[in-house]
Amino acid sequence: MRHIDEYRDKKLVDVLLKQIWEASKKPIRLMEVCGGHTVAIRKFGIPALLPSTIQLLSGPGCPVCVTGKSYIDKAIKLVARTDTIVATYGDLVRVPGSGSTLEKERANGADVRMVYSALDALEIAKQNPAKKVIFPGIGFETTSPASAVTVLRAKKENTENFYFLSAHKIMPPAMEVLIDEEVQIDGYICPGHVSTITGSGIYEGIVDKFGLGCVITGFEPVDLLQGILMLVRQFEMSSPKVEIQYKRAVKPEGNVKALKLLDEVFEQRDDWWRGLGIVPKSGFKLKKEFECFDAEENFDLELPEAEEEKGCICGAILKGLKRPADCKLFGKVCTPENPVGACMVSAEGACQAYFRYE
Amino acid sequence: MSNGNKIVLSHGSGGKRSRDLIRNLFFKYFGNEILSQGSDSAVFETPAANLAFTTDSFVVDPLFFPGGDIGKLAICGTVNDLAVSGAVPKYLSVGFIIEEGLEISVLESVVISMAETAKQTGVEIVTGDTKVVNKGKCDKLFINTTGIGELDPKFKKISSGETIQAGDKILVNGFVADHGIAVMSVRNELKVQADVLSDCAPLNKLIAEVLQVSENVRFMRDATRGGLATVLAEIVQHKSFGIHIDEEKIPVRASVRGMCEFFGFDPLYVANEGKVVLIVPADDAEEVLEIMQKNELGKEAQIIGEVVADHPGKVVMQTQIGGKRIIDMLVGDQLPRIC
Repeated sequence: MRHIDEYRDKKLVDVLLKQIWEASKKPIRLMEVCGGHTVAIRKFGIPALLPSTIQLLSGPGCPVCVTGKSYIDKAIKLVARTDTIVATYGDLVRVPGSGSTLEKERANGADVRMVYSALDALEIAKQNPAKKVIFPGIGFETTSPASAVTVLRAKKENTENFYFLSAHKIMPPAMEVLIDEEVQIDGYICPGHVSTITGSGIYEGIVDKFGLGCVITGFEPVDLLQGILMLVRQFEMSSPKVEIQYKRAVKPEGNVKALKLLDEVFEQRDDWWRGLGIVPKSGFKLKKEFECFDAEENFDLELPEAEEEKGCICGAILKGLKRPADCKLFGKVCTPENPVGACMVSAEGACQAYFRYE
Repeated sequence: MSNGNKIVLSHGSGGKRSRDLIRNLFFKYFGNEILSQGSDSAVFETPAANLAFTTDSFVVDPLFFPGGDIGKLAICGTVNDLAVSGAVPKYLSVGFIIEEGLEISVLESVVISMAETAKQTGVEIVTGDTKVVNKGKCDKLFINTTGIGELDPKFKKISSGETIQAGDKILVNGFVADHGIAVMSVRNELKVQADVLSDCAPLNKLIAEVLQVSENVRFMRDATRGGLATVLAEIVQHKSFGIHIDEEKIPVRASVRGMCEFFGFDPLYVANEGKVVLIVPADDAEEVLEIMQKNELGKEAQIIGEVVADHPGKVVMQTQIGGKRIIDMLVGDQLPRIC
């Protein structure tokens, strides 16, 4: 299959592995920020192929995992009303809130629908004019442009019963906080799809301030191994920089059109991340002129403070300080069927990826 | 049909309309000596001392999908469950739960498909039941089939897999994940087009040919919901052996692989309706493979791995790039109402 087979080519993989084994002398800890990378690394069985000098850590790049329970509580409070429909991406329905999930609420009769795009949620709003349709917008720069397009269309078409509950987050501020908190890493395998939108400039600060290499990497085995090789070489030569491995998708300037859309619709706000707490300017909120679509401005979403699970070390795992196997709950109390922490809920969460593939 | 063109509640009342439906539709297409007795129970003789007995319900949405329909699925599903136990499928019961308002022509198409598939597999539909529920209380049509097969005593241990041992080879009869992708591609919400047909097919003849050449087949199972991966993971659960498979050997169509990449599915976990996993002694493996590849339903058969003494209780796959990963049971959601 074109665009896949060439990046899974065994011969090419072997060449890269040979170069990695030759290049890597000093112990190096690399963090893959993106949940998509975590899954690909486990799915292709990459750790078993690397020399013992290289340790891969899973970072905070799974949007579901870093979002707090209170967000789910809000969505549940909204769908508990008789006049609402919550239209959501599928990976959110099983995420535990304080006492329930959207999936359980659906079983109790709430109108929760799964959609594959934000525009589908808008369509549901148009088809159900008597209902208020809420779309929980979650994700990094990969999904926020689609949310922006949808809000703009809702405004243009004057759809009065469509609401947006934002949990959109911005990646680079969290990556800086991780280093501030003295997480011991020597380089970032930077997210390929986020960077398609943002471009490579956003990582320059990490190189300048912290002297860490940043390589924007794709999601196929050849991509990942080449990205790892580039980081190892930077590290061995003590010359950290921003490099793009994923050149077939990422341009240094990013997707200018998508960035303009984000700027038009959203403003930055301080946001809470599981494991990291409040990170300045790391979240997106709808701008004032789109307030009529903002669920938080139009519904009473006051709720008691949500408590995170006892014993769950998702926070430390997202920071790369602990591995899933270090958690007492992992694989025993906390499984993909009955997730305690969010890292086990999402297919891109570090705990679920480890559970499934290791 | 003379009763108008839609199913109404009285079609399930047991009265005249019920009788007309049974005579004009079910007897017409399923007709055989035992069914036409029209009694409360099908009464028949069997020479077998050992019987296999199984049941399955079908709620697939949509009713018609590329490569099959709920009727064909309902026959194949139960026939395959009997066949993989080493039995020769003989008799089926059919239960219909119909939503009020279903077009009778739709029901007729399903019934014709069931009759054709039953004929193809050599089973007889000997008893049945029809219920009609109010609009909204079920979705169009649900079908239950229950089957009886005759089991040769020498194959009695196949269904439990108790004779599986390290060194045995693992085979599959062709491309995996076709059914799940075919059904998904016609679901309204996805708006994608894929030229993939469901693999829905009766496996009893293929399996009979295999049992002709190897009496030592250790285990068979049809890989339906949960896919190939789930079957393999079930085999090793709480066992003193493990399984090693080779990703490169697992047949997956390029178009199916593409769809799986696009939607983030792993083809090993996507449903099949015409795939059997076989475990056979190493000495018999090549012969079994050869006989399978001569059958239309086994043309793409492959030896995909083996039973090993290492890593007991675990399925380990060598990935296409030479890495290793564990294959566990399906967790979380797959697509609902796939069969």
